[in-house]
Amino acid sequence: MKNNAPLLKRIRENRIFWPLVALTLILITDAIFAPGFFKIGIVDGHLFGNLIDVFNNSAPLMLVAIGMTMVIATGGVDLSVGAVIAISAAMGAVLINPALGTKLISNDILTKDATNTPLWLIVLADLGAGTLCGLWNGLLVSRGKIQPMVATLILMVAGRGIAQLITNGQIMTIYYTPYFYFGNGFILGLPVSIYIVAVVFLFAWILVRKTSIGMFIEAVGGNARATYYSGISEKNIKLFAYVFCGFCAAIAGLILSSYVHSADGNNNGLNYELDAILAVVIGGTLMSGGRFSLLASVIGALVIWTFTITMYTFGVPANALLAGRAVLVLVVILLYSDYARRFLNRLVDRKGSQHGTTN
Amino acid sequence: MTNANDFILTMNSISKTFPGVNALENVDFALRRGEIHALIGENGAGKSTLIKVLTGVEKPDSGSIELDGKPVQVRSPQHSQEIGISTVYQEINLCTNISVAENIMLGYESHRFGAIDWKKMNAFAVQALKRLDIDIDVTQSLGNYSIAIQQMVAIARALEVSSAKILILDEPTSSLDVNEANRLFDLMQKLKGEGLGIIFITHFLDQVYQVSDRITVLRNGKLVGTYGTASLPRVELIAKMLGRSLTDLDKVSKAKSTSEQKGDKERLLEAKGLARAGSLKPFDIELHENEVVGIAGLLGSGRTEMANLLFGIDTPDEGTLTLNGRLINHFSPLGSLENGIALCPEDRKAEGIVGDLTIRENIILALQARNGWFKFLSIQKQYEIADKYILLLGISTPSPDQLVKNLSGGNQQKVILARWLATNPQVLILDEPTRGIDVGAKAEIQKLVIDLAKEGKSCVFISSELEEVLRTSHRIIVLRDRKKAAEYPGDVDDQTIIQTMAGDL
Repeated sequence: MKNNAPLLKRIRENRIFWPLVALTLILITDAIFAPGFFKIGIVDGHLFGNLIDVFNNSAPLMLVAIGMTMVIATGGVDLSVGAVIAISAAMGAVLINPALGTKLISNDILTKDATNTPLWLIVLADLGAGTLCGLWNGLLVSRGKIQPMVATLILMVAGRGIAQLITNGQIMTIYYTPYFYFGNGFILGLPVSIYIVAVVFLFAWILVRKTSIGMFIEAVGGNARATYYSGISEKNIKLFAYVFCGFCAAIAGLILSSYVHSADGNNNGLNYELDAILAVVIGGTLMSGGRFSLLASVIGALVIWTFTITMYTFGVPANALLAGRAVLVLVVILLYSDYARRFLNRLVDRKGSQHGTTN
Repeated sequence: MTNANDFILTMNSISKTFPGVNALENVDFALRRGEIHALIGENGAGKSTLIKVLTGVEKPDSGSIELDGKPVQVRSPQHSQEIGISTVYQEINLCTNISVAENIMLGYESHRFGAIDWKKMNAFAVQALKRLDIDIDVTQSLGNYSIAIQQMVAIARALEVSSAKILILDEPTSSLDVNEANRLFDLMQKLKGEGLGIIFITHFLDQVYQVSDRITVLRNGKLVGTYGTASLPRVELIAKMLGRSLTDLDKVSKAKSTSEQKGDKERLLEAKGLARAGSLKPFDIELHENEVVGIAGLLGSGRTEMANLLFGIDTPDEGTLTLNGRLINHFSPLGSLENGIALCPEDRKAEGIVGDLTIRENIILALQARNGWFKFLSIQKQYEIADKYILLLGISTPSPDQLVKNLSGGNQQKVILARWLATNPQVLILDEPTRGIDVGAKAEIQKLVIDLAKEGKSCVFISSELEEVLRTSHRIIVLRDRKKAAEYPGDVDDQTIIQTMAGDL
């Protein structure tokens, strides 16, 4: 009964088709113009190369994109993820050594393994802080009935302030080696961050596809009123999405602060909210909510970072990078417009049918 | 008799089809110079479509429009204003934060040396309002005035900026009190005296009789007829609005009669003095198993409000609701779902379907809601349930994976029915389940409701079509003015019900 559409059409209608096309196009460009891009070497027993960089760099964005996908699918948006990253990072830094913020301590008394707090507690506090931020957003949106963009704007602005309060207004350098493991460590030659993404992705996927939460999210995004009439608490569904998004942003904050060895309230996770929204859009989830694909959003994040690393490889200066990204955004938006879709579909269908007659 | 020149506007055999619905079918309409012409019909009768065709919002599939004896093609709302057709909508399309004068002149400001000439503009606005016998400070912001004044400012704008020949008033009195409405009617009479043709859309029949000269009745997208107001008694008007060609007692009635007389009926749901301020006055209702209770009443009589109270969308202020002798304290859709009460809501698009989900997902939505977040029905089970109801209700679709938004109205309605049947409810409330769907599907749904009652369920059947209420119900409750007016056995004649609705009984 089902799946009776032609194979080509089915592939094209798959949600991850277009993000994969975008990724492939960028990789093909690399293959032609920068053959070194794909070279993977081994340094100190770890894999090393542009592709590994792409994965390692995009890990925080992938995590945020996973959370953002759920929020956007409910018809909302979370602008505060960047600020939540900063809060999570600040939380980690301050717990590693609470004295750092208040007193000027010379480097020599800081030993590499010194900490006032056990690592598990640091991680827990990081994640807890982010989840709490998500809870705040979720309550404002679902119970306070504030428009998502406005509700999360509050924390977007206030969050960086909170992060600075936590670190007492200073950029805190982290000296604790075990903490670096999340952003710089390797397991079996691959960066630890990739494993973290894999675990979170799997967890999220099970949560939305093996329980009814995913369907409820899509129903709320599609028609919140009808969903309510069907006996589903749209409020709790929205709350869940924001809490999970905060949780994902917190993990991203953990990895980012670990990667750069510092917590900076102003710059940790800067513009991540916009990149995450872009990743979700590239993944084909509509901003108005409804159908979503976590995998497509993750590929969307990969597209953004592959593009960025590619620009670096081509020697595009850092200050021209944003302009380059703007081109990417423009192309994506145009490709995803109804008009372009119809045009491409017509093109492919005609070719397909010609193919059919010749066979 | 009138000669052709009397007509300022004639619309000839206008037809308009939307996917799955004949919104208008060969409708004729003629408006005389200097008359107030009421356009009457229940929801979905085609009033608004006709107005949309006239104002250029929708293009008719066929038919012609003549204005002042000359054929015209109304291209857009803008164009309709240019040729002298002005509309004042129910929701006032003005900005309350800017001045009265600006509202009247918006887009037509007078300029002097490139800047707005406020003096001239204000003088013009005062002039425009004077024509309507209104004397207010036009520099005040519009929000400072009552809804009635705002309404008149809207009319002033309609008349002045486009020098209208035809004025369409779409439910202008719905937010006015009696005095304000009377003031509006005086104004309408004055404009009528000036030779304007006024189309007056309302569902307040009192007002129709108060001001209109002629009445055109639409039903299900068809013209019922145009009558002189003086020669059409109110009871006849209601009968025409609701339609009651009971000539053909088809199989639905037969099905109903066989399901009757089952002896003692178990009482399921009972409301005592249930009320909610501004929504419904205290009413009692008893629902039994094996029974269809029909709810008849005009638009605004409290039909939907009653359904929402029983299903827990709204929380009552007073009164009690008991199910199987157990008092219901907590009102919510989820609570009702767990109690075995189901509601197919009135507005299928806004409250019923989730268009971007598949038929399968739409069908299992309520069942899954009852199961909660973590007891997920397996995909296999989901297909099983979907296939079962697609077969049972005859939903015509190539696959359960079809998106619901691609289905016709009738099939969408069946999907919502399936969603609730899958939860196996004891009490099934159907609010306008047959609205906007074709005749064949209507009969199917009516028959289905009777069959469900036969299986032991208690059904509440709400419809603005009296004919189908009579055909399907074992007991009929008539609502009027947001309260229960009377209760009749199912074999009551339509005349009695119509008189009850009109307040003659």
